[in-house]
Amino acid sequence: MSKKKSIEEINEKIRKGNAVVLTAEEISAMGKELSPAEIAGRVDVVTTATFGPMCSSGAFINFGHSSPPMRMEKITLNNVPAYGGIAAVDAFIGATETAMPHDSYGGANVIEELIAGKDVLLQATAKGTDCYPLTEVKTLINKSTINEFIMFNPRNAYQNYNVAVNSTPKIKFTYMGTLLPAYGNANFSTSGELSPLLNDPELRTIGIGTRIFFGGTTGYVAWNGTQYNTGKPLNESGVPVGNSATLALIGDAKQMNPRFIKAAYFEKYGVTMFVGIGIPLPLLDEDLARRVSVRNSQIETNIIDYGSGGFEILGRVDYGTLFSGEMELNGRKIRTAPLSSIKVAREIAELLKNDIREGRFLLTEPVALFPKTSGLNSLNIRL
Amino acid sequence: MTSKRFVLTFPPDATGEPITYNLIKKFDIMVNIVRADVSPGKIGHLVMEMTAPSGVLKEGIQYIRQHHVECEPIEKKISYRSDLCIHCGACSAVCFAGALIMEHSTGELSFDPEKCVVCELCLKSCPLKLFSIDIG
Repeated sequence: MSKKKSIEEINEKIRKGNAVVLTAEEISAMGKELSPAEIAGRVDVVTTATFGPMCSSGAFINFGHSSPPMRMEKITLNNVPAYGGIAAVDAFIGATETAMPHDSYGGANVIEELIAGKDVLLQATAKGTDCYPLTEVKTLINKSTINEFIMFNPRNAYQNYNVAVNSTPKIKFTYMGTLLPAYGNANFSTSGELSPLLNDPELRTIGIGTRIFFGGTTGYVAWNGTQYNTGKPLNESGVPVGNSATLALIGDAKQMNPRFIKAAYFEKYGVTMFVGIGIPLPLLDEDLARRVSVRNSQIETNIIDYGSGGFEILGRVDYGTLFSGEMELNGRKIRTAPLSSIKVAREIAELLKNDIREGRFLLTEPVALFPKTSGLNSLNIRL
Repeated sequence: MTSKRFVLTFPPDATGEPITYNLIKKFDIMVNIVRADVSPGKIGHLVMEMTAPSGVLKEGIQYIRQHHVECEPIEKKISYRSDLCIHCGACSAVCFAGALIMEHSTGELSFDPEKCVVCELCLKSCPLKLFSIDIG
C-alpha cells in the first residue's frame, strides 16, 4: 500500500516545480506495466480532457448602461434571441438558440465571435419605465465594450454517452451526427480513457469549486451538471455504462480562446458548441491510481437505436473497439466514428500538464462533493 | 499504370460524341464511372476513374477537352478546409467510400480524394461545414 498524499502536499511539489504530471492516456499505457500502488507512488497529477459538442452551454453578458438608461426586454445578438428577463442590461445567450429562419447560425456562433474579439449587433426593445426611459437600442458590442461575459454551461463533460445507430431504412440527421440507414454506421462521442469523469468515476476529487481548464482559460466547476445521474450500472472496471454524471462549469469567456470554443451545426438538428475542458486529478491514493489507469477497452457504453425515436438498448460495446473504426452488431460489421475531437482533447491535456509542471496551475480541494445518489425524473405529460 | 479520378463537365449543347466509348476503344483506357448526371440541354457531370499508362491518360484528357468537355482531377473540384478542421470525425461516419478516415493513434482526419465517390454526405455531416464540392 502506497502512502496517501494530500492536495496541499501535491501543490507544494507543484510550487517547487517537481510534481510528476502525466496525461490520462500516458497513465493508461503505464498501467499495463505498473501496479496502481507503483503509479500512486510515482505520479502526483493526471490531466484529463475532452473537446466535444456540448449543447447545454451559454453565457451571461452585461452590456453596460446606456444614457438614457434602458431595461432591455427583447434582446437579440446578430439576430439570435438572448434571454433578457434577468435585469436591466443582463442577458443569457444559449449556445443552441438560433437566428430563425437561418437555423445554422446561433448562440454558439455569437459566443465564438465575441471570444474572437469581433463586433456583434445588439438590438433590444423595452416598454420604457420612469427609471429606464429608453425603448429601443441598436448598436455594436464586442468583448471590450461589455462588462461581464461569463460562460456558464449547465451540463458539460458527460460521464460516458450512448453509441448511436439507425435501424430504419431512412437516413437520420441527429445530434449524434448523420446516421446511415440500416445500421450503416455507429457514432459515439467521448475522449474515452482521456475523458475527465471516466477517470474519476465516483467523483472523489471533482466537486464544487474544482479549478479546471475551460475553453482556453481557467474555469471552475460550479455545481453538478443537470441530468446528473448516479443510477447507471457499473461495469467490471467500476465505470458507469451509459450517460451518467455531468458538470456545470463557469469561467470568464473574455479570456477564452476560440480554438477551444467552437460553434458547430448538426444538419437538421441545429447549432451546438464544442467545448474544451481539462480537469487535473490528484493521485491521492492507490484507488485513484487504479481508476486513472483505466483503458479504452475497459470502458463500455450502450448502443442505442436513434432511428426508432425511442431509447432501445441494442447492445454494449467498449471504446477500444469503437476507436478501432469498426464494431460488430448482430453478427454484422459496422463502421464507427467519433464526434468528439481526440486531437484537441490531447492538446488540452498537454497544455494543462505543462501548466501544472511549470507551477502555473495549482489543484483545488472541492468546496463540496456531489450527491452520492441522484436519479432522473422524466417529464410526465398530464394535461 | 496510373489511376486517377476526374470530373467531366459537359456543356448543355454537348455534341453526340461518344466520349466514354472512345476513351475505351480508341485509347484503351480503363474507365470506371463513379457518378453520372447527364441530361440533354443541361450541364452534365461525370465522375470517373481512368486507368492507363500516364502518356495515354494525357492523350485521353486532351481528347476530352478537344470536345469542349471540361476535365479536372477530382481534388480540384472538392474543397476541404483542413486548416479549420477540429478533427472531430463526424464526416468519417458517413464516408462509406473510405476517403475520410479518422486515425485514432494520431487523432487526425485524413482525406484521400482518389477514393471519393462524390456522394456529398460529408457536406451535410461536417459540423463546421468545411467541405464544398464544385459539381453542378
